[in-house]
Amino acid sequence: MAALRGQALLGPLGARLRAGPRAPLRSAASAPPLYDVVVSGGGMVGSAMAAVLGHDIHFHDKKIALLEAGPRKEYDHMPDSYSNRVSSISPGSATLLSSCGAWDHVCSLRLKPFRRMQVWDACSEAMIVFEKDDLDDMGYIVENDVIMSALTKQLDAVADRVEVFYRSKAVGYTWPLPSHDCDTSPWVQVELADGRRLQTKLLIGADGHNSMVRKEAEIKNIEHQYDQSAVVATLHLSELSDTASSLVWSTSHDHASELLAMDEESFVDSINSAFWSNINHSDFIDTAGAMFRSAISLLKPSGTAVRQLPPSVAKVDPESRAVFPLGLGHATEYVQHRVALIGDAAHRVHPLAGQGVNLGFGDIACLAHHLSAAAFNGSDLGSLKHLLKFETERQRHNVSLIAATDVLKRLYSTTLAPLVLLRTWGLQATNALPPVKEQIMAFASK
Amino acid sequence: MLSIWLSFIYADDHADLSFQTGLRDILQDSNRKRQLKSGSTLPVSLTEMKSNIFTGKRPFSTSHSSVDSKEIKKFQLLAHKWWDEEGEYAALHSMNDIRVPFIRDTLLSMSSNYHLGNPLSGIKILDVGCGGGLLSEPLGRLGASVTGIDPVEDNIRTADRHKSFDPVLAKRIQYKSSSLEEIVEESMETFDVIVASEVVEHVADLEMFIKCCSQVLKPEGSLFITTINKTQLSYVLGIVVAEKIMGIVPEGTHEWEKFVPPEELERLLESNGFSVRSVKGMLYNPLSGSWSWVQSTSLNYALHAVKAAAPAQSHATDTLPETDAQQRSATAGTVPDSTV
Repeated sequence: MAALRGQALLGPLGARLRAGPRAPLRSAASAPPLYDVVVSGGGMVGSAMAAVLGHDIHFHDKKIALLEAGPRKEYDHMPDSYSNRVSSISPGSATLLSSCGAWDHVCSLRLKPFRRMQVWDACSEAMIVFEKDDLDDMGYIVENDVIMSALTKQLDAVADRVEVFYRSKAVGYTWPLPSHDCDTSPWVQVELADGRRLQTKLLIGADGHNSMVRKEAEIKNIEHQYDQSAVVATLHLSELSDTASSLVWSTSHDHASELLAMDEESFVDSINSAFWSNINHSDFIDTAGAMFRSAISLLKPSGTAVRQLPPSVAKVDPESRAVFPLGLGHATEYVQHRVALIGDAAHRVHPLAGQGVNLGFGDIACLAHHLSAAAFNGSDLGSLKHLLKFETERQRHNVSLIAATDVLKRLYSTTLAPLVLLRTWGLQATNALPPVKEQIMAFASK
Repeated sequence: MLSIWLSFIYADDHADLSFQTGLRDILQDSNRKRQLKSGSTLPVSLTEMKSNIFTGKRPFSTSHSSVDSKEIKKFQLLAHKWWDEEGEYAALHSMNDIRVPFIRDTLLSMSSNYHLGNPLSGIKILDVGCGGGLLSEPLGRLGASVTGIDPVEDNIRTADRHKSFDPVLAKRIQYKSSSLEEIVEESMETFDVIVASEVVEHVADLEMFIKCCSQVLKPEGSLFITTINKTQLSYVLGIVVAEKIMGIVPEGTHEWEKFVPPEELERLLESNGFSVRSVKGMLYNPLSGSWSWVQSTSLNYALHAVKAAAPAQSHATDTLPETDAQQRSATAGTVPDSTV
């Protein structure tokens, strides 16, 4: 029985050793430089991965390489105007960034903590408010450039361990044979655009949703392009004179192009009408919603929190509008022998929940934890044993959030009465149940 | 399967290092020549059961005939299997998850230096019966200078080839095809630590083995042993589960007679200048493929002992009273603490 069980256990593991180009046998003298870890992709997630490993005590004598296709960006000072690419950083992500010393830099540059999140429905009066009772922040809005600046500083601080290769796009990967064949190199071979070669014991793919690492490793990816694009911009609100706000507007491709093309005044008008207009309200829904609200207040006299009106926009920063397409993606496997995927390479979500980069930072925290333990045990860093533990933990967390985000996106993309009613009542009910909201906030803060 | 090969090598009274792989019937023949318990079936530990799962058998017998080239080929086939983490040696690979931290943490607690990233830096370790180097490599990665010895040349060849791809390991680990007795003369009091993992249950003369360990170990050096207990449980589990019910392990693969109870091992160690510091039970779970520490030492167990300090010099030192006390307690045969 143990034999059969053993065979069954071998099945999924055996399937992960794929056929592909073979690593040639090289003598030690001519072998390309060998790194313990190579991170492919120098965005926020890739840079953070390299920085966290570089600051790990058990990686003190290890060699790490970070490959970034673009040039090194200097962030000596932040421009006065805000960048239009921002991220919502959860407390868990902030903890990760402070573990490698980057959070202090972020705080000294600029960021905006928030304590309250309010969601309005365009088709009804329903809304939901998330608020933390204690004085902790729910999250932080930080420009992506600020995060990159902080991470670059922290990478410089561990330059003896982490070598950053700028303008170095990886163009090919060669995978090792299963470990029991001793004649060929057991390491992953990486070929760069300029012909240089590296070898590594573990390759971490942080190269975005079109990940080349994932494609070359032949890991299947479940993909779905939403019929939506996101329009981003930096706005100034009417109420407060010195506050800027970040806008992420998910809408159809056509509407997105229109929004991008129109002049600034019309753009501001479109935003305001989207927030304030009652066009999509129907009497039926409004009545049903009002009824449900009275029902709730009978059961729960405290009812819902103070209702804040939607914002009204005064102006938009010039040149701050941009568009990018939206889609859903999830890799069926996050790891293979000597390969791990993190961030958008492993999973891509709709920005409506503000979770995208936080999932990536969560991946980093988990993978770094397992790699640190493996290093302290003297294990081979590319061994599937601990990589699978990372995969299980993260898939468990990520799949539910990605699925929930997808469901919400579809639910809120429609104006069909039955679905609007469903979400109206659902939203009102959830809003009236603090324990449920606390669970949602706890899950999203990790 | 280091344990299988070594069993028949060390067991040969004539110190003949030749060996022979064989099919099930050959093993049974050789077994009939030995004195076995009635019933003629032998128990097997869970370690070796799991290790045997995919090859089904690996029987050996000593013989005075020279090595058969056909058998060498089979051996070479098997030598390849050392580094397949999910193959025959999967159980030994996963044993690293508990034996490496055990060795590492014990040594860290005994030393005051800590080199960031290389906890075992500066420590010279002898890995007796290193096989393909499964334990030598993690110890090397943690910074130790490791010498691995194994009487089977193909094992050493496999180990050498595997470490050659990692320049750091290639420098830190040296392998040698040799028995422990053979290196004693050139290595008196050379090593800070000896690890003998899954070896002592195959040694013919355990006391001689321990004496040799003592000779090559520096004073106050550490000896780490993992092995299998000689109990009814290890007998019953091996027979009922591995041989009669599952029929995975062929009859006669192991010699229950050679298993070593912790009490006997402790007695031998204490009477040969060692002080046993801890004994911990180990248990293998064949379904999850992982090892864990347990209270009971009835199946597998790990042991840590320390060689007595150098005899007192003419002038007193701070450690002198401690050393005397250690030696006194060693000869008195006090029962060491069993930590779990």
